[in-house]
Amino acid sequence: MTPYNETLASLDAASVGVGFKPEHMEDALAGGHGLSFFEVHAENYMGEGGPPHRQLAELRARYPLSLHGVALSIGGAGPLDREHLARLKRLIDRYEPALFSEHLAWSTHEGVYFNDLLPLPYNENTLAQVCVHIDEVQETLGRTMLLENPSTYVAFEESTMSEVEFLRAIAKRTGCGLLLDVNNVYVSAVNHGFEPMAYLDAFPVEHVGEIHLAGFAEDRDDLDAPLLIDAHGTPVSDVVWLLYRRTLARIGPRPTLIEWDNDVPPFAVLASEAARGQAAMADEIRRRERHAHELRCRDLPATFAPRYSGRLHVHGCAS
Amino acid sequence: MFTDVQAEIAAALLSTATPVPAAIKGAARGRAERRFAVYRNTVAASLIEALAARFPVVARLVGADFFRAMARAYVAKEPPRSPLLFQYGESFPAFITGFAPAAPLPYLADVARLEFARGLAYHAADADPLAASAFAALDKGRLAEFAVRLHPSVFIVSSDHPIFSIWLAHQSQSVLPISHRAAESALVARPFLDVETRRLAPGTDTFLTALKSGSTIGEAVAAGAHASSSFNAAEALATLIGANIAIGLGT
Repeated sequence: MTPYNETLASLDAASVGVGFKPEHMEDALAGGHGLSFFEVHAENYMGEGGPPHRQLAELRARYPLSLHGVALSIGGAGPLDREHLARLKRLIDRYEPALFSEHLAWSTHEGVYFNDLLPLPYNENTLAQVCVHIDEVQETLGRTMLLENPSTYVAFEESTMSEVEFLRAIAKRTGCGLLLDVNNVYVSAVNHGFEPMAYLDAFPVEHVGEIHLAGFAEDRDDLDAPLLIDAHGTPVSDVVWLLYRRTLARIGPRPTLIEWDNDVPPFAVLASEAARGQAAMADEIRRRERHAHELRCRDLPATFAPRYSGRLHVHGCAS
Repeated sequence: MFTDVQAEIAAALLSTATPVPAAIKGAARGRAERRFAVYRNTVAASLIEALAARFPVVARLVGADFFRAMARAYVAKEPPRSPLLFQYGESFPAFITGFAPAAPLPYLADVARLEFARGLAYHAADADPLAASAFAALDKGRLAEFAVRLHPSVFIVSSDHPIFSIWLAHQSQSVLPISHRAAESALVARPFLDVETRRLAPGTDTFLTALKSGSTIGEAVAAGAHASSSFNAAEALATLIGANIAIGLGT
């Protein structure tokens, strides 16, 4: 099985992409937008033929793809839907996406599909069940997958582990990678009253193969406290950009995706959101190079240490 | 066990009368109502939206509020059984037939059938239609012996109502009154890039349906003539060739 960091080889760590929408096809193919990849929801391409496949094939001929499943129900109590998993395998064999990801959530119960990412308690029982499911997915697909942290609105009496502990244990047991959705971290942090930075500091960053960013909506809970909804219908909020920069500072560049699924704006708006991500990524790369440069030059007499040149690639200590 | 918790959540998602599952924190003190409602709302709203996208003319015929109420009732009664949402709604026409508030619109269910067929055609497998020359090359005397393989995107929807005219009148911003009041049947197919919808002459629906189920052209012509006294075999063949829906011929 290909480890996720090798799968990643086809996608540069500093890649920024957006979720693909059919209405953006022309703009996406026209180029000049600086995007490195596109992500699609797997279930939208599980028909036999027609315009969806024609578009996806055309897109794939020009850009790497990230395939994002929303209906595998990995967090469900029942067995995985083998038919669905087989469809997923056919799609992956056909389009050879650089990344494949799914959610720590469930969406099907006894054959009924709810079309939502539903929550599960975090304890030894559910951990074992999720790991069995991920093992089956990875064995069937012959590749490692990324598992995404969810946004949640309720918590469970029977949870005995934190979400971060739960995800860390899954990655360790199954060898899967993780998709870190920074917006989901913030949404859940507000909804459950924890510190988003503490969550990110504890997150097993060595397993992160992709980052998601999106916008949230605001509502109120039963006690009239803020309740954030993972709505994917607005720009990424400033606080999430801040958390994203802190995340990059901790783990370094990772393929980053802007999600916008409802009230989809013109392509230019999505591209400008992606440009913000690219700017954050470039800043982090510069910061790391400056830091590496300073380490290399530490032994030199202070008068020989040049000022930071501002260029992206700084190799020598004296200019 | 989580199996039980999941079953409780699943039941409560589709019924607002079912209390928030006790396994959820704060449920016992009534403090999880609005939180759980986020899931209930997302499930209902996303499925209603999927139906609205699937049945746009039905939605226009009854108006947004009526459609939402009707779709909500359908979602609660017959939620999806597959994660492939483009297949969801197959039983929506039958549901509409039994939905009492829609009784004044007897054609509504058949318009829904037509729209569902269009969705299936959109996602159907690709295939190259035969050129008209393939038919021209056939020995006319033996034409009746041939069976025709139809494109996988071909669907025939027959109705006692003018469903094609109703559907067509709702393809533009302003709806024009329809003059045709008789029964209509429609052919839905995607031979090339786009899904095409056309009205079929009386009996031609039966003719194409027979071909689709494997009958020879001769058998299909007989079926068409049996179905309608005004059936015209030459016209039916012209439709078969002109609509580019044949992908293979064989005896």
